[in-house]
Amino acid sequence: MNSLSRLIAFSMLGFSTMAYASSDAVAAYAIDNFFLFICAVLVLFMQAGFALLESGLNSAKNTVNILFKNIIDLSAGALLFYVVGYSLMYPTDGNGILAFSGFGYVGESSEAGAGVLNPQVNWLFQVAFAATAATIVSGAVAGRMKFSAYLIYSVVLTGLIYPISGYWKWGGGWLDALGFYDFAGSLVVHDLGGFAGLAGALVLGPRVGRFKKNGGSKAMPGHSLTISTLGVFILWIGWYGFNPGSQLAIVGVDNTNMVMLIAVNTTLSAAAGGVTAMVLAWWLFKKPDLSMALNGILAGLVGITAGCDSVTNGESIMIGLIAGLLVVLAILFLEKMRIDDPVGAWPVHGVAGVWGGLATGIFGDHSLVAQLIGSIVIPLWGFLTMYGLFGLLKAFNLLRVSETEEIRGLDISEHQEEAYAGFQIFTAE
Amino acid sequence: MKLIIAIIQPEELPDIKDELLKEKIYKFTVTNAKGQGKEIPVTEVYRGISHEITLLNKVRLEIAVNDEFVQPVVEAISRVARGEDELGRGKIFILPIEEVIRIRTGETGPDAIG
Repeated sequence: MNSLSRLIAFSMLGFSTMAYASSDAVAAYAIDNFFLFICAVLVLFMQAGFALLESGLNSAKNTVNILFKNIIDLSAGALLFYVVGYSLMYPTDGNGILAFSGFGYVGESSEAGAGVLNPQVNWLFQVAFAATAATIVSGAVAGRMKFSAYLIYSVVLTGLIYPISGYWKWGGGWLDALGFYDFAGSLVVHDLGGFAGLAGALVLGPRVGRFKKNGGSKAMPGHSLTISTLGVFILWIGWYGFNPGSQLAIVGVDNTNMVMLIAVNTTLSAAAGGVTAMVLAWWLFKKPDLSMALNGILAGLVGITAGCDSVTNGESIMIGLIAGLLVVLAILFLEKMRIDDPVGAWPVHGVAGVWGGLATGIFGDHSLVAQLIGSIVIPLWGFLTMYGLFGLLKAFNLLRVSETEEIRGLDISEHQEEAYAGFQIFTAE
Repeated sequence: MKLIIAIIQPEELPDIKDELLKEKIYKFTVTNAKGQGKEIPVTEVYRGISHEITLLNKVRLEIAVNDEFVQPVVEAISRVARGEDELGRGKIFILPIEEVIRIRTGETGPDAIG
């Protein structure tokens, strides 16, 4: 490019931007939207974390099935969220309980400026959250649910259930009007998924042989804690999109400072959750248990999500410490109640999610009563609607595979495909 | 002609292999195996539930030899695997072989082994 054409290109650029907004506003618009775009990608990357965590914590014979559920949560979920979900969650105007702005609605553009979101990137960020809520359940129902039943569940949750309760809070519905606070979705995202998972685990019943008739229970170890640990690291990193991204802007001193506070609070809570889960499990079972520590990290992350912008560094450690204890106790509680949740989806997302909602009232400057109401309503909504859906599928015998199919593994019986064909660990030398 | 089957601990395989090579035993087959012996079972805890692992990892070593090599093989394995009072040192079984055929040449009997 010669200097003349460069000059022309430069002046055209200057002219075209000046026609809409000042160049500062354009730059701020670009930076804020780019920030949200990167955060959306990080949250989408969490799908990989869930896929790895869940497949590693289950037996090798169900790996294809779990991976498939995870990819379909995003694939089918994104389409449904586009067609109806977003419109239900962020309607242009509504009554606070249920509203709809038409099919395929993804928001309207406004003039470029700081903090103004391009509707497309905003949609991308929102769909990543919807897919996160959906994919939590696949771990709780692993090893025994029909793939077709899971597909039905996945589109109903992403297309209807999540957007409706999401509207109550983030869309400006009745919970929001009440003063309920959930910054990045301890309740809106994680608790909904966690309690939907509990409903699934309850309606399905435990895996064959998980609980013995005489009262004992049988451990069903995951086939690769290597894969699970990688999954947790990916989730942890993805959370830097989930929480800091929920500030929705980074331009301006207040936004920049807030994003960085949130990032550190998220880190401290995750770390604290991992440590307390390890210590409690060590004390209870005499040995440090990796899968418990992994769940503890995730519980710390879920717990800080609602109030990550409303607490100090010290308070975020407190939230993580308690989340780590709660998750281990919740896993033992499920064991006692003979409920089979193979990956601890309810302890991590359900229990730590409720704790996150309450902690936002206890430590943050938010109404504890409103937090209490939100922390009861959203889990209940997720649990009851999904209990109904799973119950309906069960009544028509569409929910669970046969005992023979379950024992052979869902990879063969549901997909006729193995994750590790021809793979065998061999003694070295 | 004898078939020697030895069940050994997996971590002893490299040393036993070295000892066999010293005795000029170059041909053998190794398989991963699970076995239960007099050893104390291993207790694992997974998400708070403890379970006992009684079938432990072993290696199954198969060596076909002519009669004069039987004693050197037994000694080579024992040099490595014989712990003082430790349980789970494994076992050696010696079986007669009815016939051996080298597939490539069709040779049979003692010539086919070496």
